[in-house]
Amino acid sequence: MPGKLKAKIVAGRHLPVMDRASDLTDAFVEVKFGNTTFKTDVCPKSLNPQWNSEWFKFEVDDEDLQDEPLQITVLDHDTYSANDAIGKVYIDIDPLLCSEAASVISGWFPIYDTIHGIRGEINVLVKVELFNDLNRFRQSSCGVKFFCTTSIPRCYRAAMVHGFVEELVVNEDPEYQWIDRIRTPRASNEARQRLISLMSGELQRKIGLKVLEMGGNAVVGYLQCFDLEGESGLVVRAIGTACTLDKLSSGSAPNTNTHVHPNTAPASNACNSPSKDGKEPVFGEDLPSFSGPPTPFRALPTSSSSPPPFSPSKPCSRQSSSSDTDLSLTPKTGMGSGGSAGKEAGPLKTLLRQQTQTALEQREFPFFTLTSFPPGFLVHVGGVVSARSVKLLDRIHNPDEPETRDAWWEEIRQEIKSHAKALGCHAVVGYSESTSICEEVCILSASGTAAILNPRYMREGCLDIGSTDHRFEEPSPPSCGFCHIPYDELNMPFPAQLTYCYHCRRQKVPDVLFTTIDMPPEAAVTGKGCLIQARLCRLKKKAQGEVNATAISNLLPFMEYELHTQLMNKLKLRSMNALFGLHIQISVGENMLLGLASATGVYLTALPAPGGIQIAGKTPGDLSNEHHILTIQKRINDTITKNKELYQINPPELTEEVVGSPIPEPRQRSRLFRSHSESSDELSELDLSHGKKDAFVLEIDDTDAVEDIHSLLTDAPPPTGFYSCNTEIMPGIYNWTTGVQMFTSVRVFRLSNANLTNQGLNKIFTDLCENLLKSFYFKLRSMIPCCLCHLNFTVAVPEEELIQVAVTAVAMTFDKDQTQEKPADKPVTKGCSETEEQLQFPLELCADSSSITTQTSSKISGVPESTNVSPRVSSLERSSPLPEGRSRSLRSNRSFGGSSVPVVKMTPLSFLPGTRIIKYLGIINMFFIRETTSLREEGGVSGFLHSFIAEVFAMVRAHVAALGGNAVVSYSMKECVLMENPNKNQAQCLINVSGDAVICVIETDQESMPSTINVVQTCSSGADGAT
Amino acid sequence: MAVELDVFVGNTTIMDEEVYQLWLDGYTVNDAVKVRMEGGVLEEFEASADVLLSDTMDQYRTFQMCERLLHSPAKLANQLLFQIPPHRQAILIERYYAFDDAFVREVLGKKLSKGTKKDLDDISAKTSVTLKSCRRQFDNFKRVFKVVEELKGPLVENIRQHFLLSDKLARDYAAIVFFANNRFETGKRKLQYLTFQDFAFCAGQLINSWTIGAVDNMVEDMDVDLDKEFLQELKELKILITDKDLLDQHKSLVCTALRGKTKAFNEMEANFKNLSRGLVNIAAKLTNTKDVRDFFIDLVEKFIEPCRSDRWTASDMRLYLTHYTNSAHILDTFKHQVVWDRYMGVIKSCIFKMYHD
Repeated sequence: MPGKLKAKIVAGRHLPVMDRASDLTDAFVEVKFGNTTFKTDVCPKSLNPQWNSEWFKFEVDDEDLQDEPLQITVLDHDTYSANDAIGKVYIDIDPLLCSEAASVISGWFPIYDTIHGIRGEINVLVKVELFNDLNRFRQSSCGVKFFCTTSIPRCYRAAMVHGFVEELVVNEDPEYQWIDRIRTPRASNEARQRLISLMSGELQRKIGLKVLEMGGNAVVGYLQCFDLEGESGLVVRAIGTACTLDKLSSGSAPNTNTHVHPNTAPASNACNSPSKDGKEPVFGEDLPSFSGPPTPFRALPTSSSSPPPFSPSKPCSRQSSSSDTDLSLTPKTGMGSGGSAGKEAGPLKTLLRQQTQTALEQREFPFFTLTSFPPGFLVHVGGVVSARSVKLLDRIHNPDEPETRDAWWEEIRQEIKSHAKALGCHAVVGYSESTSICEEVCILSASGTAAILNPRYMREGCLDIGSTDHRFEEPSPPSCGFCHIPYDELNMPFPAQLTYCYHCRRQKVPDVLFTTIDMPPEAAVTGKGCLIQARLCRLKKKAQGEVNATAISNLLPFMEYELHTQLMNKLKLRSMNALFGLHIQISVGENMLLGLASATGVYLTALPAPGGIQIAGKTPGDLSNEHHILTIQKRINDTITKNKELYQINPPELTEEVVGSPIPEPRQRSRLFRSHSESSDELSELDLSHGKKDAFVLEIDDTDAVEDIHSLLTDAPPPTGFYSCNTEIMPGIYNWTTGVQMFTSVRVFRLSNANLTNQGLNKIFTDLCENLLKSFYFKLRSMIPCCLCHLNFTVAVPEEELIQVAVTAVAMTFDKDQTQEKPADKPVTKGCSETEEQLQFPLELCADSSSITTQTSSKISGVPESTNVSPRVSSLERSSPLPEGRSRSLRSNRSFGGSSVPVVKMTPLSFLPGTRIIKYLGIINMFFIRETTSLREEGGVSGFLHSFIAEVFAMVRAHVAALGGNAVVSYSMKECVLMENPNKNQAQCLINVSGDAVICVIETDQESMPSTINVVQTCSSGADGAT
Repeated sequence: MAVELDVFVGNTTIMDEEVYQLWLDGYTVNDAVKVRMEGGVLEEFEASADVLLSDTMDQYRTFQMCERLLHSPAKLANQLLFQIPPHRQAILIERYYAFDDAFVREVLGKKLSKGTKKDLDDISAKTSVTLKSCRRQFDNFKRVFKVVEELKGPLVENIRQHFLLSDKLARDYAAIVFFANNRFETGKRKLQYLTFQDFAFCAGQLINSWTIGAVDNMVEDMDVDLDKEFLQELKELKILITDKDLLDQHKSLVCTALRGKTKAFNEMEANFKNLSRGLVNIAAKLTNTKDVRDFFIDLVEKFIEPCRSDRWTASDMRLYLTHYTNSAHILDTFKHQVVWDRYMGVIKSCIFKMYHD
């Protein structure tokens, strides 16, 4: 009996009128936890009742505390008939179970009804008293922290990254039970909301248990999803990365990745004394992998004999200890993790690999849901790995043993693992899983980025020897090291063009790099990035069961291929050479499949410049055709030139005579990506403007290809003053100001034309996405200059002729006057690579690099300035820390301090610009259903969904404020399922959102970190609300 | 092929002030899109008509959802559904409660009842304010009227606090409420030349000096109802015109003071008795509700029109009324100095305000 939950109902306000005769309400409240229910007195005839109840006490197991939500129901007392429910509030008390998170929940919560929406607010106080339970067979996992954030949370440091955790629970969907036929829609919705709340609580508890078994104390990058399988049930599944996190004392650690932050003394002290528990406060999250003791590059060839390396026994003992936890965690470790070490060449690589592989391979799945990492964690990146499988759903017979679903995912993960291995990588980062369900067919997808990781994060104690570890690492400067190929050059897993790194000239790099992770902050880029999307529709015949599943499976590879080609072409068209944050979604409908790939393209300085795109005709003799080709070619070339200017891609011309660096080998013409453009020799005379650079050939021999080229060229660049990306932040923009606007937008398109072609569909789909983007730019025009970050598109085919696109993103303002300048403390340009001597003293480069960047900025800055329409950006504003225009919401933060509604900011990113997160209050994971039987009266589907999304935001904000927070980071809308029946005037919608509730403080001066901090008042005003 | 659903929801509610005004002015979505297109947002921001339509729809929906809250503006500050920065909230409220002078001129002094509401389409046609906008404005008047009806304390302050309006707008509403409550006639042809601001000023004068609130500030309706006792006392002023000696004495005092100071002196002297009778009779009749309603028309007919036909200038008027008021104090048989001042103070400033073309 290790916990006491206490709740107090204080007051209500803005209640709806429940008694038409008196225009008033006789409200009372039921407080329920588990099977215990308490009631308040009736507060007669008031729309703003003051209950001021006693403390209701629930004595419960901590297992229940984790699973169950506190359920508060507001009712209208009726003497003669049954009491009418006004609405409910579900409060997840998980944040109270962790000592480091919130200590009390107190504030105004919207009273929510699934039919009527928000109906007034209620003020509630909740506390938990926990008793320590040392029972080692316990079923609860209180105290394990959960983070949606896919990087190490800002006020923690990772003492150890344990690895992948996953779990799923299944149940019958109450909506599909026989009883649903006789109960009211409200009862059904509530049963569903409650069940899902319970299931996610249970899931979190189970994952927490696994983390505890592994010796961790937190889950980072926690991703929970629902599969509404209809008749066959309801699956709630989650994946995450188990870590041991140490809290940094507030104020001691900067939140930005400033690597010049002077290294702390213990780091060098602890070098040779790895402590067993690995919990010593050594490196911060900003673990400086190159500013500590100079990296001994020259010592490299003799690394094996250098004085204090690992004694071979040490790693061994560590491995065994970690494998212990692994074994206990996953009883099914029977799967052979076949050694592929033989493939590798070079003694160094092998050494490194042996270390990490042993650490990683004992894990069943060396997967990491993180997308950005502490410096030095990521050694090499191989490329994107993904796997899909089509399954037929069947009823889950025994919910307690969801073996089938487990097996399905297991299968997919094995495939991912083997793909990674084929790329010479031992780990997968930026890993995520998703499903798409239509009737009884389900597509399971998983994707990630194959990578080689630095072993020291994986084993206990090893973190402390950061600097000695360098001896085992390849001499890769952090700004390009991750680009170097992890696989064997002679035995490449796929055809690729390799060159020597344009940055360090030591290692080979591929010509393009695709990844699912965020761009490492230390990576060197040229110019700015941009959002790149590939969109695709494929019709399929309507079918049932096995036939349908087969048809879909057959279509999938073609879709993947097409999407990949589109991405590649669009990347070249923008003159870029790498994709980050690649997310490919394939959605299944009854008669079509939708594919949407989004990524952020950049020009990585380390990779070779992309060649252009060449157009070739099938019949070179045909004059008119040739003319046509030439026009298209010209358009493409013009677009490339325009894009280079737009994204400021002007890589420094290569001086081939750089001292001591190997000259890149002459390269062959790049591989052709369109299947039917095979003969490239005859095209050489068409090589117009791209000189020696390799061109990418597109052959137009049929209408298909023409269409493709047109679609290539129709993507409009964002208007002046706007940038967009789907990663956390925009590569090439560094000086964010405080303006933040998070938004969710949903569009549903009805295809009326029954006999559409693939091309027609593609066009519609592309236009839909493009128009959405245009709408955003227009709506957010007052924020210029700004960047749409973390543009997350979700597509669905809710009904036969409907296409639904949902987008959540954040618009952030930045200071355009400095857009060119990276903070001077980051070694940026390829100047770094010039001599090894300089590499050891990155600081000395500051002057160099900044002078180079300012040169470019002065060259470019005239362009946006002359066309910018926003008069707000003035030098005056820049000088004050809180300029009027873009810090509006921050200012309001203050003026709201005394009022009852504290401002809560929301963002899909892991941080808020201009602020520092000082405390994580717990995970927000909420599921809502809204239903209406008066669709027309509520303004149609748009009106219905508009108010529902606004209500969801309001409820998230209220919960965060009640926890004492003032922001939600890593916010995402996981699910938005809309079902409508306009003929019956009905609609239903399910929304699932998640994020991390935090307290953040304004950082008045971004340069001088912790000394000048303004605490935002809202933290206290959350409590004010209670009075 | 059509967009079936299209929504955009920001964590901080996005509102375009231009679209808000169009919405308030009762434009349909399509008309609003037209206006915006003509306004040149498109060229300014390379967007298409679709984008504009979608944006306008979104905003209109947002405003419609907010409208409920705007009906009791205090709720806007502590509701949770929309996160709107406070300065934005103030703009929303102020604009929502703003009204067209042309419209308010039509309903000023009318009973804020269903009957009047039925006539709104005529008013709409006459003033070319859209019917939708007329309805909003009318409902605003009615809502403010209903709320302050039951409140104690100063009218303007009540309106300001309850509806979070600016001082200026609160005063205008006080005037509207005051006129509606006392049903002052403002619609007659002879009054057409007066603007709403003229009336609002007069209402302010009346509220400050003639209501119960002028003497006692803790009763209900104190600023809405005229002070009955005072109106009774006004009857006593009749002596100024019924007592022949007093009238002559008053006239000679005024004429002595005015002589040589104005070109209109002759007309003033000739008309003195008429004008004085006019003003005092208005005062004496104010106990009748019917005559209260005709207060402004009487002022115009009995005083302003005769003066205007004699071509008095504004300063003539000022001069005359000042001396007319002050001279009464010197009349030794005239005992009602306090009532006289209370009456003439208001009359003077009202006439000053109303004496224009």
